[in-house]
Amino acid sequence: MERAEGPTIAGSDFTRRDLLAAAAVTGGALVGADFMPGAAPPANAQTTAAESSSANVTLRVNGAEHSLPLDPRTTLLDALREHLHLNGSKKGCGLGQCGACTVLMDGKRVKSCLSLAALVEGREITTIEGLAQGDQLHPLQAAFIERDAFQCGYCTSGQIMAGVACIAEGHASSPQEIREWMSGNICRCGAYDNIVAAIQDAAGVTGPARRG
Amino acid sequence: MHPFTLERPRELSTAIAFRAQAGRNDATAEYIAGGTDMVQLLQEHVRRPERLVSLAGLLDNRIEVGPGGLRLGAAATMADVAAHPAIVEQFPVISEALLNSASPQVRNQATMGGNLLQRTRCPYFRDVGYAACNKRAPGSGCAAIGGENRWHAVLGTTDSCIAAHASDLAVALVALDAAVEASGPRGQRTIPLAEFHRLPGDTPHIETVLEPGEVIAAITVPASPAARRSHYLKVRDRASFEFAVVSAAVAVDLDGARIRRAHVALGGVGTKPWRVPRVEAALAGTNLEPAALRRTAALAAEGAQGRGANDFKIELMQRVIVRAVEIAGVRT
Repeated sequence: MERAEGPTIAGSDFTRRDLLAAAAVTGGALVGADFMPGAAPPANAQTTAAESSSANVTLRVNGAEHSLPLDPRTTLLDALREHLHLNGSKKGCGLGQCGACTVLMDGKRVKSCLSLAALVEGREITTIEGLAQGDQLHPLQAAFIERDAFQCGYCTSGQIMAGVACIAEGHASSPQEIREWMSGNICRCGAYDNIVAAIQDAAGVTGPARRG
Repeated sequence: MHPFTLERPRELSTAIAFRAQAGRNDATAEYIAGGTDMVQLLQEHVRRPERLVSLAGLLDNRIEVGPGGLRLGAAATMADVAAHPAIVEQFPVISEALLNSASPQVRNQATMGGNLLQRTRCPYFRDVGYAACNKRAPGSGCAAIGGENRWHAVLGTTDSCIAAHASDLAVALVALDAAVEASGPRGQRTIPLAEFHRLPGDTPHIETVLEPGEVIAAITVPASPAARRSHYLKVRDRASFEFAVVSAAVAVDLDGARIRRAHVALGGVGTKPWRVPRVEAALAGTNLEPAALRRTAALAAEGAQGRGANDFKIELMQRVIVRAVEIAGVRT
């Protein structure tokens, strides 16, 4: 994560009064994109000189709301790991290619490294930490243990989150279908056979809930 | 990422005004919607806008299918469009192109508009460690010509740029005569998709005909008898989650075994989604018979220029056309 050099977030939740108050407090000028909806950008839009390095972003993660001061460059993954200390989601490539950062957003799987945290306010985020019910593991978590579906474990939380979605989507009816629909998750240890078996097992337990 | 100000306007007109103010200078302001390509470009310092203008919540995400055809809101996700029952039935080439793109996660995030505007996967464009890239740094040269160019285009190239357009969706859409509805500072206009992407010429950094501030609002696709009998065939280096080496979107209207009308476009080989009208004209009236299909597909090679490692694409794209027409032709 690079050091913030002076970016700001112009939040849709800010009112003019909030902005003025915030500017007064920080000595900076948060840019109010919604000062004048439909109008040209405010004359001071060029002077986003705000020295404030962050603005509050409210994230809803595993059923709880968190208000975090975030640099606008912060990805959802970095917000989860570095700010909420939910380290289950892993950073592999940071470019959407490996799938280790997979979380659910409003029930659908996404790569959290490709979303800016400030742009997913209000969305319901579920991470690997939110999957178990107390001490009761999610069936797919239990199946991963039963099937020994990992070696180093770095990709595992992403595999499980993607697998949960794969089953819920109804894309786990055969090993071939699972392989195609899990292709966004890379395992460098090559535990694919056991990952596929674990997903097949869990799909039998939880059953598909094919959407639309 | 370089620092930027993130704007989250409540009105599309405000977003357009922000972006229009920046003019042609992408370094000043850029849009972000699904973000799946933009965040990669930001992370790799390929794009370094001072201001990032979010389109979240500002664009239509509806998918509408009527007797006249299809209308896709710009914010509809790849996953939702690919799974839409009427698209699967009436426009299979669109669904197939999407399901053969990216990964399930990215398809949940990425939007229709962003897909058409994604930047090339040319490794020299994506790696700022290379100084020479006319698309990234106008006037700096092209490292791909004379470099590793197995993935690059053979059609529509110039000595300035040989980068291939990366979108599968755009190939399917251009084959079906799709159009883009754009909203901008001066209102709305409709642009045929065939005219939406620009050839590189000597300004490969200007990739579309969009004016400063203009956004894609929606994509329309006319209904046609051929669209139902359509197929997307993608040849790539891995079985899944990989960009095309060569692909073809094909739609055929048949009279028995005779082709009444054909739509054919190619991916992975052009500097823009590449329609092949000479092949289409030759296919009209042709029977679904291998030798005849091979003769017509050969017309796609007209004007093709390999750069060494990508020479093989010129033959491969003809074979891909033949196979795609054969598959589409037996579709009921």
